[in-house]
Amino acid sequence: MEPRIDRSPEVADEIKTTTCYMCACRCGIRVFLKDGQVRYIEGNRDHPVNKGVLCGKGSAGIMQHYAPSRLTAPLKRVGERGSGDYEEISWDEALALATDWLGTTRSKDPSRLAFFTGRDQSQSLTGWWASQFGTPNFAAHGGFCSVNMAAAGLYTFGGSFWEFGEPDWDRTEYFLLFGVAEDHASNPIKMGLGKLKERGVKVTAINPVRSGYGAIADEWVGIKPGTDGLFVAALIHELFEMRAIDLDYLVRYTNAPWLVIQSQGSADDGLFARDEEGNPLVHDTSTDALASGLLADVKPSLSGEFELADGRRAVPVFQLLAERFGSGAYAPDRVAAQTGLEADVIRRIARELAEAAFEKEVVLDIPWTDWAGRRHEKMIGRPVSMHAMRGISAHSNGFNTCRLIHLLQIILGSIDCPGGFRYKPPFPKAIPPHLKPAGKLGSVQPDTPLAGAPLGFVEGPEDLLVDEAGDPLRIDKAYSWDAPVAAHGLMHMVLNNAAKQDPYGLDVLFMYMANMSWNSSMNVQGVLDYLTAKDDNGDYKIPKIIYSDAYFSEMVPYADLILPDTTYLERWDCISLLDRPISEPDGPADSIRQPVVKPDRDVRPFQDVLIDLGGRLGLPGFTNEDGSAKYPGGYPDYIVNHERTPGVGPLAGWRGEDGSQYGKGAVNPDQLERYIENGCFNTHHLPDGQRFFKHANADYLEWAKSVGFIGSTEPIVFQLYSEPLQKFRLAAQGHGDIQPPDHHRRRIDMFFDPLPFWYAPFEGAMLEDGDYPLHAITQRPMHMYHSWGSQNAWLRQITAQNKLFMNREMAKELEIRDDDWVWIYSHIGRVKAQVALMEGVNSSTVWTWNAIGKRKGAWALDDDAPEATRGFLLNHLISELLPERDGGYRYSNSDPITGQAAWYDLRVRIEKADGDTADESLPRFEPLRRPNAPVTPDTLTFGSQFREGAQ
Amino acid sequence: MHPAYSVIFFTTASGAGYGLLCLIAGAILFDAVPRSTSFGLVVFALALGLVTAGLLSSTAHLGRPERAWRAFSQWRTSWLSREGVMAVITYVPAGLLALSWSFGGGGDSATALERVLAVLAILGSLVTLYCTGMIYASLKTIRHWHLGIVPINYIIFGVMTGAIAFLFLLNLFGVAGEGYVWVTSLLIAVGLVAKFLYWTKVDAAPPVSTAGNATGLGHLGKVRPFEAAHARRNFVMREMGYTVARKHVARLRNIVFLLAFGLPLLGVLLGLVGGTIAALFGSFFALVTAAVGIFVERWLFFAEAEHVVTTYYGAEAA
Amino acid sequence: MTSLPQTTEKKLGLVIDLDTCVGCQACVTSCKEWNTGGYSAPLSDQDPYGADPHGTWLNRVHAYEIGEGARSQAVHFPRSCLHCEEPDCVTVCPTGASYKRAEDGIVLVNPDTCIGCKLCSWACPYGAREYDYEVGVMRKCTLCVDRIYNENLPEEDRVPACVRACPTGARHFGDTGDPESDVSKLVAERGGYDLMPEMGYKPQNKYLPPRPRQNMKPAAPVEEAQRAPTTAGSALERLFSWADQQLSR
Ligand SMILES: Nc1nc2c(c(=O)[nH]1)N[C@H]1C(S)=C(S)[C@@H](COP(=O)(O)OP(=O)(O)OC[C@H]3O[C@@H](n4cnc5c(=O)[nH]c(N)nc54)[C@H](O)[C@@H]3O)O[C@H]1N2
Ligand SMILES: Nc1nc2c(c(=O)[nH]1)N[C@H]1C(S)=C(S)[C@@H](COP(=O)(O)OP(=O)(O)OC[C@H]3O[C@@H](n4cnc5c(=O)[nH]c(N)nc54)[C@H](O)[C@@H]3O)O[C@H]1N2
Ligand code: SF4
Ligand code: SF4
Ligand code: SF4
Ligand code: SF4
Ligand code: SF4
Ligand SMILES: [Mo]
Repeated sequence: MEPRIDRSPEVADEIKTTTCYMCACRCGIRVFLKDGQVRYIEGNRDHPVNKGVLCGKGSAGIMQHYAPSRLTAPLKRVGERGSGDYEEISWDEALALATDWLGTTRSKDPSRLAFFTGRDQSQSLTGWWASQFGTPNFAAHGGFCSVNMAAAGLYTFGGSFWEFGEPDWDRTEYFLLFGVAEDHASNPIKMGLGKLKERGVKVTAINPVRSGYGAIADEWVGIKPGTDGLFVAALIHELFEMRAIDLDYLVRYTNAPWLVIQSQGSADDGLFARDEEGNPLVHDTSTDALASGLLADVKPSLSGEFELADGRRAVPVFQLLAERFGSGAYAPDRVAAQTGLEADVIRRIARELAEAAFEKEVVLDIPWTDWAGRRHEKMIGRPVSMHAMRGISAHSNGFNTCRLIHLLQIILGSIDCPGGFRYKPPFPKAIPPHLKPAGKLGSVQPDTPLAGAPLGFVEGPEDLLVDEAGDPLRIDKAYSWDAPVAAHGLMHMVLNNAAKQDPYGLDVLFMYMANMSWNSSMNVQGVLDYLTAKDDNGDYKIPKIIYSDAYFSEMVPYADLILPDTTYLERWDCISLLDRPISEPDGPADSIRQPVVKPDRDVRPFQDVLIDLGGRLGLPGFTNEDGSAKYPGGYPDYIVNHERTPGVGPLAGWRGEDGSQYGKGAVNPDQLERYIENGCFNTHHLPDGQRFFKHANADYLEWAKSVGFIGSTEPIVFQLYSEPLQKFRLAAQGHGDIQPPDHHRRRIDMFFDPLPFWYAPFEGAMLEDGDYPLHAITQRPMHMYHSWGSQNAWLRQITAQNKLFMNREMAKELEIRDDDWVWIYSHIGRVKAQVALMEGVNSSTVWTWNAIGKRKGAWALDDDAPEATRGFLLNHLISELLPERDGGYRYSNSDPITGQAAWYDLRVRIEKADGDTADESLPRFEPLRRPNAPVTPDTLTFGSQFREGAQ
Repeated sequence: MHPAYSVIFFTTASGAGYGLLCLIAGAILFDAVPRSTSFGLVVFALALGLVTAGLLSSTAHLGRPERAWRAFSQWRTSWLSREGVMAVITYVPAGLLALSWSFGGGGDSATALERVLAVLAILGSLVTLYCTGMIYASLKTIRHWHLGIVPINYIIFGVMTGAIAFLFLLNLFGVAGEGYVWVTSLLIAVGLVAKFLYWTKVDAAPPVSTAGNATGLGHLGKVRPFEAAHARRNFVMREMGYTVARKHVARLRNIVFLLAFGLPLLGVLLGLVGGTIAALFGSFFALVTAAVGIFVERWLFFAEAEHVVTTYYGAEAA
Repeated sequence: MTSLPQTTEKKLGLVIDLDTCVGCQACVTSCKEWNTGGYSAPLSDQDPYGADPHGTWLNRVHAYEIGEGARSQAVHFPRSCLHCEEPDCVTVCPTGASYKRAEDGIVLVNPDTCIGCKLCSWACPYGAREYDYEVGVMRKCTLCVDRIYNENLPEEDRVPACVRACPTGARHFGDTGDPESDVSKLVAERGGYDLMPEMGYKPQNKYLPPRPRQNMKPAAPVEEAQRAPTTAGSALERLFSWADQQLSR
């Protein structure tokens, strides 16, 4: 007889919805609770981001939530930094201490506080807090993450890759994936690829490594790192050759016809010719006269030289484009060698793009009205889509390479059309968004808020944050001549600059959620030195460090005051449209986290703590006239009641007393309840007529303005030719009042090209090619999140050691076999690692999984954990500064325009570690010590408590 | 396959036990040994002792020994279950024979009942040994085991080691005759041939599967693991992924030939040339070497065995 | 009881699409998470924070490379119990703890009667059975028998946890014995296959092979035809005159 089994066991006492935070994708989850414990976590089917699915990390949330590495109480350092000598203190003491440190700094000089918030999902709060405090020194992780991607997009078409837009998965007929292993849109990309597979759409992956997404791609283009710009430019060249260009699209939506002043040496050379109102001029063929480019009914020329009123000459942007890409400079045969690709492959891919774009045209029977009031019966699309991420952006030429990809999308007419790449509202925005960085010279005053937001978008030298000498005003040198367009700041330079007191020293460094002493830093040893560096009086060069983490990471022992956070299942959070949105192309969306379990430790949500501190410090935004705290209820109180501008708050859904308004509306006290009723998210669905061509769609622009996404209903004209960049170049050439110090001129003049172009990544170009012949890069494992995945008892069973992957052929030449130990040399050091051989990797490239290597003692792992004994980081080899150059000044290892960290410029040499036979990775650091560390179990039987009849 | 010592000890010990049982029963059947209480007690005690010790140790590798009784239920399909059932059944004739022959009194020649019990004990022993062998021989997943010769060998090695033990006891009680020496030597020779045949068969047997057809992707090219499914060895690899280097195998095989067959044969034959002391010493020496030899043989039987599942984990074939 | 049922009413199983699987491990951890608190609770983990972390999992995903050099390809390969029709893992079991359900063909281990002799794991060619070192019994994929019929779950969620989680939709669940079922049609259309048919275990799970890659045909130079008509003048002049024609249409 078959045993009888219970086919319908009770699955939960209660199921609560909230938002996952095992990574930054922010999927909707349903948490199954049994006897007050987490039984199971599944994806929320209704949620816009993941529509029910859940990734490998999210499905291991239980082990993250119950990890023994969780911090348990506020800590105050009593020993030396790094020693791990702490005493547990009460929250009252912790907050008093922080208030004291921060208060003194604020009344002395607010900019001596640097507030950097890493993997922050509450940037609209933290940034607001910084500006209320009055320091310009605020940023999150964007600068070392992917600001090249964001900036290139926002300065070109008012949107961006990253998770700010996505391919039209349901309609696209051809998909190019550049340099993506996983990305933030972790589940959406997987769901999208699944759809393409179902429809049999060709997927082409451009990546030196073939893994994950590349494995299922129809074609893998194993490009040499840093050369995508050449590849893309060659595609553009071919499309010009084939006349596969959507001219109507260019005329309608881009500045291709705008006239550029050709007047060598004059202060406005290379700027747009404008009329009195400042409108850009075009040459109208119908009248054979100059006319405003913003008029609807002109028939502009795309080529030819035209005389301006003042007699000078001007040419359309298109002509300059054609001269750069139509000429042979970027012909496939020219770029083949450098990219390591066959010229014929490039030609074929160009042909496939053209075929998909122009022969598989998508037509939707959806009438719409463009910005000029012209009604169109149909929405016609070029079904070619692309996505790119850090393989493109994490190079010192990333900004330009990304601009090239956008140029490619645009000449094919594939932005925000059916089948193309679609904006997710609140994008598109003005190009660039009308938000300037605050903190100009003299504007930072004791006990005074900043005039505006610390981060923004410069439109020319006048917007830089520099002093008279042209030296940086921000600790990370963002918006200085080092990195003028540093829209996300340069978090990777803060410790270096602060310790060297260049441009100046700090009083307090306040960090949140960034493992800066380990995997998020370049040159780890150097960073550890900066964190512990002392001056002649024996005081730390970075006097005070406050840090909030939820777990015992490598960073914790280097802070002076540790504010322990909750886990993501224990707190309120708000994924706001004012921050990085989770919208869909068909409509904006935002969401919340609600606490689904109570903390069993003396920890507090960081946002609550920050708001509390704001009150104690008497920051205007956080206190009432009478000085009392404005949000005594902490974060949930703030989420509901804070208004950034009248009617606009952190959450867009259910505004107005009765919750009837969207986007703009009075505070609704029941807002959070409404979110919870709806599964902790809100989606606003755009009417059909607004779903595409948002950049020029009258109804959409109208609506977007009404909810405060954009300031005006003007069409958003794609800037193929970027005037702001030209303004910086002119300054470098000696024009205008604000000019770069001489040692910066050459660099600015060289890289601030108004048209995108390719140049060799810096590190490789500066080193003798022979010394470091190989490129070294990392990839994210889909099931691990940076450093924090390894504390997860389930995830680390999948990956507990990372190896250095090498091309099998290349390894033969070096006489290296599988599992051999090798030394990896870069210009700043060496790392010992174990090798794994593979076929699918570019023959001049080695790679490894990111952030698997751990420091002994961290994350509540045993000292002999493979992560620490056999795992390794490439970060030890990546310099935060470029190699020494004659002239002395060392720029950061970043993109010259945005300051994006150039992780993937790393060049290395591999040697067999014959001498050293020990099976262990190097370098090794002193094991970290943790005050009253928990005893970790040698066996886990999680779930036994849920067995029928179990207690 | 991972050689579990409990299982190795079990099969060697109970093997010898059943072998010994067969011989004493055979001897009784053919009145080839004078009835003696002391001798009877010792022989039967040793035989049943070995069997019992073996059976008990086999439960040591169970995750839930307290549930071992459940293993008797599935004799319809499971050789492991059948082995258990047969082992228990065999106790009955064996025990009765032991009692009757040791204490039953009467003349040297066995009674009719004793003859019946002897036949049953012999059959029980041989069938039990066969079941044990079939536990392995029935596994399609392991080409080194999935062979008709495997259960035969289990029987042969059991009877062989039993015979050596029996000879030793006969010598101990000074009742050994030349015939026994010849019989034992013959069994050892048979054992040697059997093991030799087994190894030639195994070495000739083609792999059951390859990484190519385990994944069903072989037609696309050579299949190589790129990323392991997990960081450390899981149960499957710990249990099924055990391997010994070729050169070790060769050496160990020779050790088996020497210890399990060569030396025991010499020891036994000593009984022909030397006097009783030499015979006693020789058979004791034979017993010890054979025991060790068969233990190594059994270890190798596991260690050499390749499981098809390893082809998912990087083995090109198994 | 270990005699196999003559026939089963259904042959429930998974159909796994190797053309779509990106190896994200979602099916692996969602399986672990559901089952460690479900029918097989717990699935214990040994040395979870130490040098040798390993535990009981019912589903694992391998990654393989096939072939050499430019023509090689990579495939991710999920592996769990295939719920075979004629599996020796059932018949070798001495206790009857390992059995195949007559109703749907699901192969289960009864955690209350298993003695942990491990013989069934020896009999499984597919490495689908994992011994629980802590509890001392054998574990295996249950096809989420405590989900697929569970009245406490909404209809649409009565599928295995791994299928529910898979972000790419590479996992399908259904009756592979019914030629009219969606999964059977998928198998037919995509040439789904059995693993190690030579074993004769007749898996109820099927695998869909990677589709032939598109446009991997050797790259051909763009034929002249596809290039723009060559009229007089420099390349750029020709380009511009083409643009003028286009716009003046
Ligand atoms: N070699 C190499 N280095 C890289 C990269 C690379 O590709 N290669 N990638 C770079 C990029 S893009 C990034 S974004 C960085 C990421 O690197 P980090 O920003 O350091 O990100 P994590 O490693 O995830 O660590 C964030 C910290 O947040 C803590 N944390 C986790 N959850 C919580 C919580 O709920 N509250 C609080 N307060 N803290 C929490 C973790 O314990 C950890 O200490 O790494 C960069 N470094
Ligand atoms: N599972 C998981 N998901 C994550 C994260 C995580 O840690 N784990 N981190 C999150 C964060 S902070 C970020 S920033 C995103 C990043 O998301 P991704 O951009 O996917 O991050 P990477 O893993 O750095 O992927 C970079 C890819 O580019 C390739 N590459 C490197 N150099 C080049 C090049 O020159 N050209 C081309 N074409 N390719 C190149 C690498 O091989 C790799 O495949 O992921 C987010 N999502
Ligand atoms: S992608 Fe995975 S980890 Fe990231 S939020 Fe979504 S479910 Fe959570
Ligand atoms: S969840 Fe789906 S895509 Fe991810 S590994 Fe499993 S089968 Fe493959
Ligand atoms: S896959 Fe293995 S465990 Fe599952 S039924 Fe088949 S033989 Fe048995
Ligand atoms: S381990 Fe359990 S299920 Fe497997 S054969 Fe033994 S008793 Fe049966
Ligand atoms: S069906 Fe259930 S038990 Fe089987 S692999 Fe999927 S999730 Fe795991
Ligand atoms: Mo990042």
